[in-house]
Amino acid sequence: MTTLGIAQIAICLGGLLLLVKPLGAFMAAVYEDRRTWLDPILRPSEHLIYRLCGVSPTEEMNWQTYAVAMLVFNFLGIGAVYLLQRGQGFLPLNPAELGAVAPDGAYNTAVSFATNTNWQNYGGETTLSYLTQLLALTTQNFVSAATGMAMFAAITRGLVRRNAQTLGNFWRDLTRSTLYILLPLSLVLAVTLVSQGVTQTFAPNVMARLVQATQTTSGELVTHQTIAVGPVASQVAIKQLGTNGGGFFNANSAHPFENPTPLSNLLETVAILLIPAALCYTFGKMVGDTRQGWAILAAMLIIFSVFLGIAVWAESAVNPIFAQLDIDQTLTDAHPGGNLEGKEVRFGIANTALWTVATTAASNGSVNSMLDSYMPLGGLVALVMMQLGEVVFGGVGSGLYGMFAFVIVAVFIAGQMVGRTPEYLGKKIQVYEMQMAALAILIMPLVVLGLTALAVVTDAGTASIFNPGAHGFSETLYAFSSLGNNNGSAFAGLNANTPFYNLAGALAMLIARYWLAIPMLAMAGSLARKKKTPESAGTLPTHTPLFIGWLVAIILIVGALNFLPALALGPIIEHLLLGVGV
Amino acid sequence: MVAQLNSALRMLGVMTLIAGGLYPLAVTGIAQITFAAQAHGSLITAEGQIIGSTLIGQPFAAPKYFWGRPSATAPFPYNANASAGSNLGPTNPALIAQVQARAQALRAADPDNRAPIPVDLVTSSASGLDPHISVAAADYQAARVARERRLSVAHVHALIDQSTTSRTFGVLGEPRVNVLLLNLALDATQ
Repeated sequence: MTTLGIAQIAICLGGLLLLVKPLGAFMAAVYEDRRTWLDPILRPSEHLIYRLCGVSPTEEMNWQTYAVAMLVFNFLGIGAVYLLQRGQGFLPLNPAELGAVAPDGAYNTAVSFATNTNWQNYGGETTLSYLTQLLALTTQNFVSAATGMAMFAAITRGLVRRNAQTLGNFWRDLTRSTLYILLPLSLVLAVTLVSQGVTQTFAPNVMARLVQATQTTSGELVTHQTIAVGPVASQVAIKQLGTNGGGFFNANSAHPFENPTPLSNLLETVAILLIPAALCYTFGKMVGDTRQGWAILAAMLIIFSVFLGIAVWAESAVNPIFAQLDIDQTLTDAHPGGNLEGKEVRFGIANTALWTVATTAASNGSVNSMLDSYMPLGGLVALVMMQLGEVVFGGVGSGLYGMFAFVIVAVFIAGQMVGRTPEYLGKKIQVYEMQMAALAILIMPLVVLGLTALAVVTDAGTASIFNPGAHGFSETLYAFSSLGNNNGSAFAGLNANTPFYNLAGALAMLIARYWLAIPMLAMAGSLARKKKTPESAGTLPTHTPLFIGWLVAIILIVGALNFLPALALGPIIEHLLLGVGV
Repeated sequence: MVAQLNSALRMLGVMTLIAGGLYPLAVTGIAQITFAAQAHGSLITAEGQIIGSTLIGQPFAAPKYFWGRPSATAPFPYNANASAGSNLGPTNPALIAQVQARAQALRAADPDNRAPIPVDLVTSSASGLDPHISVAAADYQAARVARERRLSVAHVHALIDQSTTSRTFGVLGEPRVNVLLLNLALDATQ
């Protein structure tokens, strides 16, 4: 690891931490319906939206009504994205004259964007019209993120409220998340990205005459390059901020038009982690004890830092097979070095590894490098970050309410060990809460491992594998770890645009999203009904270094128990083979 | 349920209008006014014709040009309408064979050069469109290009320096050479 590499990581994470408190406090005001400095501009639009939608924003919902509103809205979104893809050939804003997307692929993409996964089985520039990118994908980028944030607000209210039946109003939470948080941040980020060279135009693709002509693989002469452009910046900004991750182009944020400079790379990396990190402070503010939020953020940062160190080290390493060919892989001032297959020169190793750990930790799924070409242990880090259940930052909103499930388990186990009734923030944790937390945590490994197993024993599953040997197994495991945790990144050698992966993947994404959200909402409904138990000498404080360490241990133990055997068959075996030069 | 469905339909319509319509139009409007060149793709024109973008690499294979990163796009390298990486894993024999072939091509074009080859010259980029190579990779090719063009090595190094971008604020990213701009500068000197 080079000094400059460490400095760049420090700048990124330091900048992030400076933004946590101001943004977190602002978001708390948004969810507690207090005045913000954006009110003079946005309050009239907010009320207009409620009027247009026939919504009464002060009407409170119990957890079941909240869940129904969320599900109905999300499933309508799936329908809209599906129909736009199927009909894009007959619709305007399609200068490249792209036809309808196949039904199974369109269904997968629809589920993918509505569930905040943004797994992409297609190359954007060759598949989707500008209209589909905007009306279907950019819209879902906003509302799927806002759905996660609304759920976070509702679940947090379950901890705050006493003897209450309701958790807030889904339409109000959705509208305020979009209007006050996501839109202003995206607008600022998008324009800044254009200044760096991200395109933002509705003009058709550009034809450029090549300086030196080239040939296709079949020997035809190529004298011109078609340069795909488009309204990219507006989509990249929200795909980073909303932990969406679906790129405008096939190469995602490795494409120079999505991420042209080291500065754009820094901003996009911070944007991945920004809202999930700041929501920890929002949570602390809403429960009236900011130490609780900082404690959760600290637990996230500890796990994040350890795995980041491993990833940077792994990707800086020399590929022993290349070394035999007299290839210079050292990291110097004039040379990024390391494992550069599938990486871009302008970013170098530290920035690339940082991005990868951030995007897999935060359930974003955008990439600035091709993960399939990572060293075995670099790829392992990306796998593990997802397999921990997307609770280390995680998706906007969903990461934090996923983390609540682990907090409940940590509090419960600690309570059992000392023989006290477990409590969290003054609420008694009883059988029902534990059942819901266990439901939320345990379904994920079942889906991921079950579908991976199905894929490796069927022809439909194995036919899509690209790389041979243990790495090929990692591709399948990666696909379902990503889909089953709503991440969206891929070992992209795997040909995922087949009926098997499209349908199995859509199932995994739906379960991952709603089988976490609904039990957590149910738990919040139960917690809201409880009275507040006064603190006593027997109460386990949940803001201390001891509890932070305990929470980290619970997350890592659950993750290791679930996935260590599968990891041994993929990246660990590959690492051992690489060590002996096979 | 029916009330929620009604609200959901209308909410989806309103959000589509705001997030899918007004927001990208607002960004486009601001971008076209403030950063028009970047918004259109940072294009390079010569004699009224577009000959590329400063951000998008082009394929070079002649010894008189600097070569960029290998590109895995199909069906030809640096296809800027189908960005892609190779996705080959680090132990894949196909990757080893490709790296070997690229190293051989570099050595065949410059048999006297016995230095180890910088890894960016033999590994394909993530996008297949990487416009940059490292300073070390440009230095490695300087003698070959100078010989092919009957230029002094010092002159070629001066052109490399002109096409080099250093780290942003002295910290961020890697020092890098824009291959297309360097080759255009070379063509302009003769």
